[in-house]
Amino acid sequence: MEYLTELWPVISLTLKLASVTTVLLLLIGSPIAWFLARCKSGWKEPLAALIAMPLVLPPTALGFYLLLALGPDGPGGWLANLWGGRSLAFSFTGLVIGSMIYSLPFVVQPIRNAFEAIREPTLEAARTLGASPTDIFFRLALPLAQRGILTGAILAFAHTIGEFGVILMIGGDIPGETRVASVALYDFVEALEWGKAHILAAGMIAFSFLVVLTALMLSKTQRTS
Amino acid sequence: MNTDRIIAQFKGKVGGFSVDANFEIPLSGVTALFGPSGSGKTTILRCLAGLTKLPGSLSVGNLAWQTPNHFTPPHLRPIGFAFQQAELFPHLSVNKNLDFAEKRSARRQGAGTPIDRSVIVELLGLTHLLRRMPTNLSGGERQRVGIARALLSRPRLLLLDEPLAGLDQLAKEEILPYLDNLTTASNVPIIYVSHDIGEVARLSDLILQISKGRVVGIGPANEMVERLGLDAGVSLFEESVLLTGHITSHDKANRMTQISMANGQLASPIIDLPIAHKVRIRVRARDVAIALEAPKAISIRNILPATVVICEIDQATGSANVSLDLGGQSLRARITLASLNELDLRPGNQVFALIKSVTFDGR
Repeated sequence: MEYLTELWPVISLTLKLASVTTVLLLLIGSPIAWFLARCKSGWKEPLAALIAMPLVLPPTALGFYLLLALGPDGPGGWLANLWGGRSLAFSFTGLVIGSMIYSLPFVVQPIRNAFEAIREPTLEAARTLGASPTDIFFRLALPLAQRGILTGAILAFAHTIGEFGVILMIGGDIPGETRVASVALYDFVEALEWGKAHILAAGMIAFSFLVVLTALMLSKTQRTS
Repeated sequence: MNTDRIIAQFKGKVGGFSVDANFEIPLSGVTALFGPSGSGKTTILRCLAGLTKLPGSLSVGNLAWQTPNHFTPPHLRPIGFAFQQAELFPHLSVNKNLDFAEKRSARRQGAGTPIDRSVIVELLGLTHLLRRMPTNLSGGERQRVGIARALLSRPRLLLLDEPLAGLDQLAKEEILPYLDNLTTASNVPIIYVSHDIGEVARLSDLILQISKGRVVGIGPANEMVERLGLDAGVSLFEESVLLTGHITSHDKANRMTQISMANGQLASPIIDLPIAHKVRIRVRARDVAIALEAPKAISIRNILPATVVICEIDQATGSANVSLDLGGQSLRARITLASLNELDLRPGNQVFALIKSVTFDGR
């Protein structure tokens, strides 16, 4: 029990980071996915490649540049100045920005696939019924892509919880501010505190299993309904 | 500007296919765009809707939808469009699909007069389907919902893109009566795309014949159906003429209707219209035989005196197309070359046309 009171700040911060990141990612990821799915512009594939970069980049490389960008001399520092801060690095806001970039492909890809699965004539039907492009996006595309959006949300949430390298680079290990579960786990192992390490590690394994299971079950019920 | 006509001119290429269409048609009644698959009918229809953009111009009544420097996007054109596969929104019930159209119906400049929703639902027989999801509808039902949805958007012009093409014969038979009613009850001008001469003959007033992206013929349905009979686009099986007459009596017991023509009576399968109503009957050339004397003891009911006008010989198929005059209306008979020679038919001969079957053809 005393372990739990000590671990709670870590766990709640982790869940908060994952939730905020997921919500924001859905808000910006859906329009990006719509653009990638529907637009015939030549900029589409370079943009898609850029978004997919975090899939292959070492998190430390991404984290290094993010650190510079969020630091006092980067755009992040400029942004922080607006509310009197000095830097976005080593702050919760910085973690959210880093997590969003790192998990963006996990949101965009499934939603893009879902948008691409909508038949073109279905969208044309909406146009002939007087639906404007934004109307079509909100009333037709989003509801029809439900499943992709849900998959994207689950992946983003789980991926943010599991993130380590980027966080270590830009967030450090400030208790209550940037010390999330994956980093704390690393600390416990370094400090040979096996008991706490077990609780976190086993908890994350159980959580991941539940997330993946839920995602699978959801996609199954949606397919049969 | 002419306020009751559609004036269209499109010229350009869509994916390697070139279109050069130029036509002017009334903004009323049913106009068919008729031609074989791949002739560009659907492309022209899509240009009218604004779903495909080709250089050109288009005005519908007093609305200019396309000029060289202006293009009204499809969602701002007061049109209804019925797609080949209905394209109902799969996540919405039938009722919600109709709502989708109705909610947006007043937004478009020049929207047509609203038709009462209950009238449309009744007209297309949807009352018992309203709560169903699109996946639980048959093909014919889906098409009916699609057409109702298009009508609810208050169109000034209803565009139908082969709404029967994906349906089997049974479903077609089921939906055709609804389309018959639609044209008279809705009062919305319709442009109808089809490669089926039977459908076109039954539903349309005016036919535009399309070939290789061009309008190659235009005329009233009855004249065009006859002319099209001689074209390669129509199979020998389908070549036909339209005859007009008036209903004189119904024989309910035998399910027959008698129709009076200029020079005789014609029996047709029962037609559900009042006595004295004008009707159009389609007769296929392959259903007409020729006799030199009035035959007796024969199952064929329709035997009319006729005069041979001209015999066209088609060596390739070993058949002949005989044009007959039926007291002012023309009829065609497709017979074999052997019969032609044996009967020794020549223009001016008095013969009897034996009509094996006729099809009621709408208004």
